[in-house]
Amino acid sequence: MAKSEKPRVSRNKELIRGVGRFSRSKMYHKRGIWALKEKNGGSFPRHDKQPPQAKAVEKAPKFYPADDEPKPLINKRKPKPTKLRSSITPGTVLILLAGRFKGKRVVFLKQLESGLLLVTGPFKLNGVPIRRVNQAYVIATSTKIDISTVDASKFTDKYFEKEVVRKKKTESDFFEAEKEDKKTLPTEKKEDQKVLDAVVLQAVESVPDLNQYLSSRFSLRSGMKPHELVF
Amino acid sequence: MPFRRYVEIGRVALVNYGPDYGKLVVIVDVVDQNRALVDAPKMVRSQMNFKRLSLTDIKIDIPRVPKKKVLTEAMEAAEVQKRWENSSWGRKLIVQKRRAELNDFERFKVMLAKIKRGALIKREISKLKK
Repeated sequence: MAKSEKPRVSRNKELIRGVGRFSRSKMYHKRGIWALKEKNGGSFPRHDKQPPQAKAVEKAPKFYPADDEPKPLINKRKPKPTKLRSSITPGTVLILLAGRFKGKRVVFLKQLESGLLLVTGPFKLNGVPIRRVNQAYVIATSTKIDISTVDASKFTDKYFEKEVVRKKKTESDFFEAEKEDKKTLPTEKKEDQKVLDAVVLQAVESVPDLNQYLSSRFSLRSGMKPHELVF
Repeated sequence: MPFRRYVEIGRVALVNYGPDYGKLVVIVDVVDQNRALVDAPKMVRSQMNFKRLSLTDIKIDIPRVPKKKVLTEAMEAAEVQKRWENSSWGRKLIVQKRRAELNDFERFKVMLAKIKRGALIKREISKLKK
């Protein structure tokens, strides 16, 4: 149907389960079957089945596999996007728990389509660049920064994809010592970092001691019980 | 070392075990060698074993098993809550509670404050040493 269908309502109100307000004859009249018949010259409009169109002749396949292999069952399941913990909102300070930045306190920007969290140090304060991080390796603190003015729309999962370098396999390359060029960050990425951090830093400066807080690492001291700590 | 805090009618005690943990209650009657009838303004009057109570220095003047209204008025008149919060024991408990509910950023700020305080003290000491 080209037109958008409104949800169909019944013209026959249900009094009790199985019993309608109107009888069969009344419903016939209400539905207007008599009007359709009148329009169609006495009988209800019919659409006869169309003669079956001749199917294209299928050739016998050239190759039959030796054994009948069982077909895998159809799976139409679509994985849902990772549910973001309710304690993590844009501007929350997170503590990273794994990787080279473990213990660093970091600002959360947004959740990407893959489910990973987009975070930034800011780079000037703790050396954490704009980075993706898994929710499972993060503690969300209750400290929130106002980053409503930050525009993180250009950062998607595609931004972080590795660049595929295609090398032609020639004999000379084989015998040459592997010269690995030091992979430096392209300047646009460095610029992106600076632009994003400028706005974030403004928000950070407005709260006293927050810049020192973000520069320091989290660690457990003697007597601190993680299950009793309030983050 | 004589006993100073006696179990008596009107003795204010702190509950140290059970669902009413941490509440201040008043002993309004003694049931037997082990148990007391205990009451507080926002609590149903009930019996408690002495082992669940830690006696405090505060005592108020009440008749045996007073009505709730009488008890509340006597506690207001003796300023039990204020005396408790000013006592060193009471203050310690308040500080402990506050420390337990600090969040990560607040703990960091406390650390900075402690460092500053220590630096000031050291500066004064070094001045005195000269």
